[in-house]
Amino acid sequence: KKKRDATIELSKWSEEGKRQTRRHGGQRKTKMSNFARALSTTRRIGGDNPNRHYANNKIKTTKYTLLSFIPKNLFEQFHRFANVYFVFIALLNFVPVVNAFQPELALAPVVFILSVTAIKDLWEDYRRHRSDKEINHLDCLVYSRSERCYVEQYWKEVRVGDFIRLRCNEILPADVLLLSSSDPDRLCHIETATLDGETNLKQRQVVRSFIDLDAEFDPLKYNSVIECEKPNNDLNRFRGYIIHRNGRRDGLYKDNLLLRGCTIRNTEEAVGIVIYAGHETKAMLNNNGPRYKRSKLERQMNVDVFWCVIILLVMCLFSAIGHGLWMYQYGDKRPVFDVLSPEGTDLSPVVSAIYLFLTMIIVFQVLIPISLFVSIEIVKICQVFFIHQDMELYDEETDSHLQCRALNITEDLGQMQYIFSDKTGTLTENKMVFRRCTVAGVEYSHDANARRLAMYQEVDSEEEECLSHGGTLPRRESLCSQHSGKVVLRSQSTKSHRRTGSRAEAKRASILSKHTAFSSPMEKDITPDPQLLDKVNDCGSQMEFMRFHSQLLNQIPPDLCDVFDFFIALTICNTVVVSSPNQPRQKVRRFELKSPVKTIEDFIKRFTPSRLTSGSNSSSSSSLTTNRSSSQRACSSMLSSPSAESTLTKLNEEHFPGQGLQQAFSPVPPNYDQAKASAPDKCELRYEAESPDEAALVYAARAYKCSLVGRLPDQVTVELPHLGKLTFELLHTLGFDSTRKRMSVVVRHPLTEQITVYTKGADSVIMDLVRPPSDDSKGKRQRKILFKTQNYLNLYAADGLRTLCIAKKVLSKEEYAGWLRCHLEAETAIQGREELLFESALRLETDLHLLGATGIEDRLQDGVPETIAALRRAGLQIWVLTGDKQETAINIAYACKLLDPEEEIITLNAESQVQPNPFLVHRLGLVIDGRTLAYALDKSLEDKFLAVARSCRSVLCCRSTPLQKSMVVKLVRNKLKVMTLAIGDGANDVSMIQVADVGVGISGQEGMQAVMASDFALPRFQYLQKLLLVHGHWCYSRLANMILYFFYKNAMFVALIFWYQFYCGFSGSAMIDQWYLIFFNLMFSAFPQLITGTLDKDVSAETLQELPQLYMSGQNSEEYKPYMFWMNMIDAFYQSLICFFIPYFAYADSNVDLFTWGTPITTLALFTILLHLGIETKTWTWMNWTSIAFSIVLFFMVALCYNASCPTCYSPSNPYWTMERLLGDPLFYLMCIITPIAALLPRYALLHLTVLRTLTIVFMYESVCKYSFCLLALMLNECSFGSFAIQFQNYGLLIKFHVIGVFGLWLFIKIIPGPICRDFGLGLSYSKTQTNTRQVLQDLTQ
Amino acid sequence: MASGYNAKEEDGHRAGAAGPGESASRSRKPDNTAFKQQRLPAWQPILTAGTVLPAFFIIGLIFIPIGIGLYVTSNNIREFEIDYTGTDPSSPCYNCSQTYSWNSTTLCTCTLTFSLNQPFEGNVFMYYGLSNFYQNHRRYVKSRDDSQLNGDLSSLKSPSKECEPYHTNEKPIAPCGAIANSMFNDTLELFYIDPNETRTPIPLMKKGIAWWTDKHVKFRNPGGSNANLTAVFQGTTKPVNWRKPVYELDSDPENNGFINEDLIVWMRTAALPTFRKLYRIIQKKNNMTPTLPRGNYTLEVTYNYPVHSFEGRKRMILSTISWMGGKNPFLGIAYMTVGSICFVLGVVLLFIHHKYGNRNNSSDIPS
Repeated sequence: KKKRDATIELSKWSEEGKRQTRRHGGQRKTKMSNFARALSTTRRIGGDNPNRHYANNKIKTTKYTLLSFIPKNLFEQFHRFANVYFVFIALLNFVPVVNAFQPELALAPVVFILSVTAIKDLWEDYRRHRSDKEINHLDCLVYSRSERCYVEQYWKEVRVGDFIRLRCNEILPADVLLLSSSDPDRLCHIETATLDGETNLKQRQVVRSFIDLDAEFDPLKYNSVIECEKPNNDLNRFRGYIIHRNGRRDGLYKDNLLLRGCTIRNTEEAVGIVIYAGHETKAMLNNNGPRYKRSKLERQMNVDVFWCVIILLVMCLFSAIGHGLWMYQYGDKRPVFDVLSPEGTDLSPVVSAIYLFLTMIIVFQVLIPISLFVSIEIVKICQVFFIHQDMELYDEETDSHLQCRALNITEDLGQMQYIFSDKTGTLTENKMVFRRCTVAGVEYSHDANARRLAMYQEVDSEEEECLSHGGTLPRRESLCSQHSGKVVLRSQSTKSHRRTGSRAEAKRASILSKHTAFSSPMEKDITPDPQLLDKVNDCGSQMEFMRFHSQLLNQIPPDLCDVFDFFIALTICNTVVVSSPNQPRQKVRRFELKSPVKTIEDFIKRFTPSRLTSGSNSSSSSSLTTNRSSSQRACSSMLSSPSAESTLTKLNEEHFPGQGLQQAFSPVPPNYDQAKASAPDKCELRYEAESPDEAALVYAARAYKCSLVGRLPDQVTVELPHLGKLTFELLHTLGFDSTRKRMSVVVRHPLTEQITVYTKGADSVIMDLVRPPSDDSKGKRQRKILFKTQNYLNLYAADGLRTLCIAKKVLSKEEYAGWLRCHLEAETAIQGREELLFESALRLETDLHLLGATGIEDRLQDGVPETIAALRRAGLQIWVLTGDKQETAINIAYACKLLDPEEEIITLNAESQVQPNPFLVHRLGLVIDGRTLAYALDKSLEDKFLAVARSCRSVLCCRSTPLQKSMVVKLVRNKLKVMTLAIGDGANDVSMIQVADVGVGISGQEGMQAVMASDFALPRFQYLQKLLLVHGHWCYSRLANMILYFFYKNAMFVALIFWYQFYCGFSGSAMIDQWYLIFFNLMFSAFPQLITGTLDKDVSAETLQELPQLYMSGQNSEEYKPYMFWMNMIDAFYQSLICFFIPYFAYADSNVDLFTWGTPITTLALFTILLHLGIETKTWTWMNWTSIAFSIVLFFMVALCYNASCPTCYSPSNPYWTMERLLGDPLFYLMCIITPIAALLPRYALLHLTVLRTLTIVFMYESVCKYSFCLLALMLNECSFGSFAIQFQNYGLLIKFHVIGVFGLWLFIKIIPGPICRDFGLGLSYSKTQTNTRQVLQDLTQ
Repeated sequence: MASGYNAKEEDGHRAGAAGPGESASRSRKPDNTAFKQQRLPAWQPILTAGTVLPAFFIIGLIFIPIGIGLYVTSNNIREFEIDYTGTDPSSPCYNCSQTYSWNSTTLCTCTLTFSLNQPFEGNVFMYYGLSNFYQNHRRYVKSRDDSQLNGDLSSLKSPSKECEPYHTNEKPIAPCGAIANSMFNDTLELFYIDPNETRTPIPLMKKGIAWWTDKHVKFRNPGGSNANLTAVFQGTTKPVNWRKPVYELDSDPENNGFINEDLIVWMRTAALPTFRKLYRIIQKKNNMTPTLPRGNYTLEVTYNYPVHSFEGRKRMILSTISWMGGKNPFLGIAYMTVGSICFVLGVVLLFIHHKYGNRNNSSDIPS
């Protein structure tokens, strides 16, 4: 009933809407026309509900409906060429002149394969359907005009233009424009983790014209029209206008839009209007389907499938010609066994041959492995399952394990040659820890802090080893108690550390309380430098003193002033959101109601006239406050301005009765008590930052008691030593972007009343923007500071710290007004707003006054150097591409052993396009910076760049942009034709991840964009080692062997029939019953190879990790070289010859009939094929045994049942009682024993001869070594060949190749030349190697 | 990714409803089971000299005796073969072979004499052999109707399409199809010539030459075993090349019609173009005298079956059998060969291992 009401209501609404549109249409058109043009595509949403032509909120991600499933699924499956081919063959069988099998039976495999895929698709689609249904039936509150209140509706019933009321922790059902919020600041916090994985809260603002509605938002009164752009998938862009009834229009920005899928946090209630619904929401538009990558192995396989087709055609052609000749030899005398065509007419040899060609295609179709594609998919799914289940790839701290997002490129992991890695967050933890700073040219080394950090590391390692912690504990607690008054809190946190290890505990804690993304205690607790702390205290007390004595603040010595400003900048120059874990959000008391300056009038009212009108000097500040707020209100709500008094009283009543007037200036002493009272409360303040650097700086400032206590769009509240809480009026925030590499805030300083710009940014940028010092004494000091700071910056960078410079600038009112005018223009611009804002920011950030610089440490992740060393030994080239500055990058590279101190480093820093000069020195490391990279990537130079880079052992690209990163990857991938892997964690790595053959995302700190774009997501970098060296190797070798086996198996089976053609006049007759022929692949021989393809381990995981060199077999595609296909084919033909001719001669000139002869051949082929698999299988688990036993039992069961079931059916073979009779024939058993052995003898012997070859090679090497110790030394050093030599020595004749058996050794032979040549070429020093080798030998002999 | 997104949304919802504490306690840690960690106990066959060499020797040592046994068994089988095609002008059947075709109406007989140098003990099997006869041709093999042969009355009257073009000859053909049409129809008779020149016919068993299941299950006369065959086959016609209808193949009702064993044997199509089919069995009389003593014999052939057109050969074979069937030395030789190869390989490998293994043992790596 409710629904019907709603529909009636809707129609009424739509009528009303139309009327309204008509009424306002003309006016709007004229006004909006150019605007509409500006937004190239628009949509228009009325306040009522005339919006039926927009998509509704029902989502449907399913591909099929019940009716369309079969046709649509078939259509999709026929996109795969192989399927079309098999269906073509099956249909060919329906043509009587060429048919080979019973047509229905020939359809069976195709139908089976198609239906398996269809069932898989159906199941997936059903899951999607279920989840769609679940989502569509979620509830939300939608305003119903009939009931004049919000009623619960399903998500799918939400339409564009509906008003939705959202409560805390609700998920947004659609893209909603925020119209009202219960938050006093008219803000709404959302968490966008489901969209981009970022867990920090983001603020969204109510549309400006609705900010000042004091009463609750009433949808009935809403009668504006919204015009906005057409749905698009850009999460960070939204532009539009809201047009009010009176014709006024307000801009809408992405800050007003709440996106579907986000969660409302910290806001009791919000009301919004639906802008985009269902599939038009940005979240849904971002859902592009999975990427389809084809692995290298699969590409190679497809080449061989093509060869199979060629072989098939050759065989068919051969048979056809043979048949034609066979017919021709009889001439006109037609033998009795050559049956006429059904019409009784005689076929000419040529026509017969043509028909036969088609028949043979049907008979030999098995050569193209129909089940190969399905089997590969099954095996890959199993491999993904095992990778997923690996405990060693599970990170307990984050409770996350490896995710395989791309299911079909697991084997590529075993073939990587180049790794491109991001630095920050990938090699390092991306846990920013404040280390040291320099202010006004004085360096504060923070030694205590460094000691503290060192201790964390110690404790980390100690506790991992489960040793006692008694030794470290007291020191630590004393340390903790020293550095702040908040002893209680600190020791608590220390205790929690002690319990379970700092890092792990911290991380777990951060999971429990979801919102502290970047704040482990290690980052939070910073030990202040005593000297600096003194200065801060000094400065604070002096300022307090001066303020009380109403002295001018500029009497403070400039260095103290700089210190003070430095910390204020650290505290406020960021976008950190303050919250408290206990409450939804720490509601910091509001002192004023203001928003960032938005209009010129606003500015004028705020800054100039207020003082004049208020007149009285004594209460200047208070009246300023009042006026400002009231005018602001007046301005934005377009109401007639209320009198100053009334606003004042209202303000007093509302917020801080009694002392409100003073508040804006500074908190007076009584407030101190309040501050103290709330101290424990304050301690639990949480900082949520967009980047960990910001959080680190804020925590650092807090250690100096300059803590950020509240942030609103228009103000920042800071608590300072001695001064208490200060509120900065926040005029503008110019956010960080990667081109500017800095961010700024424009505030009005509460103490000096000056308009101050605080800028924080990369040192290279800030240093260029600093005002050149003048020549007077002040200038000299400046110059000295600049010089010193630059020195310290270099020092920091050399320590591997991330450096940031802090600067400030004081603006006069006139300057500010001038800038503001342009800025406002830029803000309201419709086209090119981003560019204009960018330029506006550039205008502001000039002539800065340098305050100081900070050094932040980004610690290396656990096990990074080891991982890199192992990957290197595995023959992988590792390039690091980072956006960091050169010195930092080089130091991190040294720290993680990417660069070796012995290496000579070529640094390419070009100021212009000069030709890099490649000169060959041994063990090169190449360091190239972004600007040079831009030249190097130029078409004319890229070859030379690659030539240089290839001759280097390590390459490090610094200061590279995301685009450059992807260009480097693309260049290497395309030019060198190598397999590339890109690994990164941040949004800046996304393009690189997408370009590489395999993209790996670190599901770490910086959101999920990288993970979303990746094929594999790892919790930590060090897992890459196991993923590549173990799983990659396994996946590759398993799949490669399985594919080769598949080709072999099919060729071997088909060749049996081919040989038979020579004995049946090339008539296309098959001695193998058509049932066996068709189900052989599908049933009898399918399971063992799947098991082997999933479970076989050519080398154990331990060995693979100990001997990373084994990985090179995958890189060089050792397991599946093109010649191996042909070797397998030859082997297949040989084996089939044996399987054919042993029964042939055994039954030659006997009374055996066709199928009594064919059935043993099938059996022999099955045994041979299974035994062949047995030889190829390196590890036998019970599953291998079971599957082989199952296959054999299945074959005999099926054969017995089939041969006993029907005496008259199954024409033409009619195999009644054949198998039963055969089982009583001793000849059958005799053949079963000899044939597989004879067939596999060469392969087995060859395998063994490989061992022999290895032996001789070992022997050869050893005899060479007698003369040249160096060679052996190299071998031992570089490829652990020693272990084999030693084993060989120990066991003598019985060479125990526990590890890899024959193939492993084979691989080794292949590997040896590589490292040896490399090392020879690079001139490894003899003596060093000798000592190494001695050690190796000693280790081994023990 | 569409599904991925949904799943995510689902997760988010669930987490929101359940609260963060609950979701954290549900760890996603993989199970530490041998299967999931790919640590199933496994046997790794190591191809070392220690395991390979014994395998070669064992195979060799087992196969060679088996091969010798088989070879001896096969050699103990008596077999006699005589070609009566008559392509050679000196052959008694030359005339028959030249003149005879499927359409001729007069009978042509020829007599061949041969002598057995050794007596044949036990049951002797008499085969006819055909060469160059492609009974395995694809269209030929298909050209039959099993339902008709199984006595199905409807199939009798309307044979399967597979029998085309030997499907109807105005009336439906019984048995239809090319196989039946080309049935071997020579009559072979064997006489023993005493030293005193008297011809004693040798009794030839007609029955028991077909598979039991064929005779009793697969092939049945229409209308049951006791029906009057002439009446049952009323309305059908004989195959084109046949001289007599199917119900006149033999006088014995147990061996007439579709269950005539000559027909059944013929209908089991041979695997290879040179084949033999069991024709008659000569049963041993008693333990004292051999079934076929040494001496001279004559073979009387009623020459009906033309093979001239495809250059075929016709043979008569007399053979005793052993437990492994007819005379065929191949398997014995094969076993011996494979066994010898294995043995030789083993020796060669042993030699190589011995040589290099020893040298290696003595060589010490400088340290």
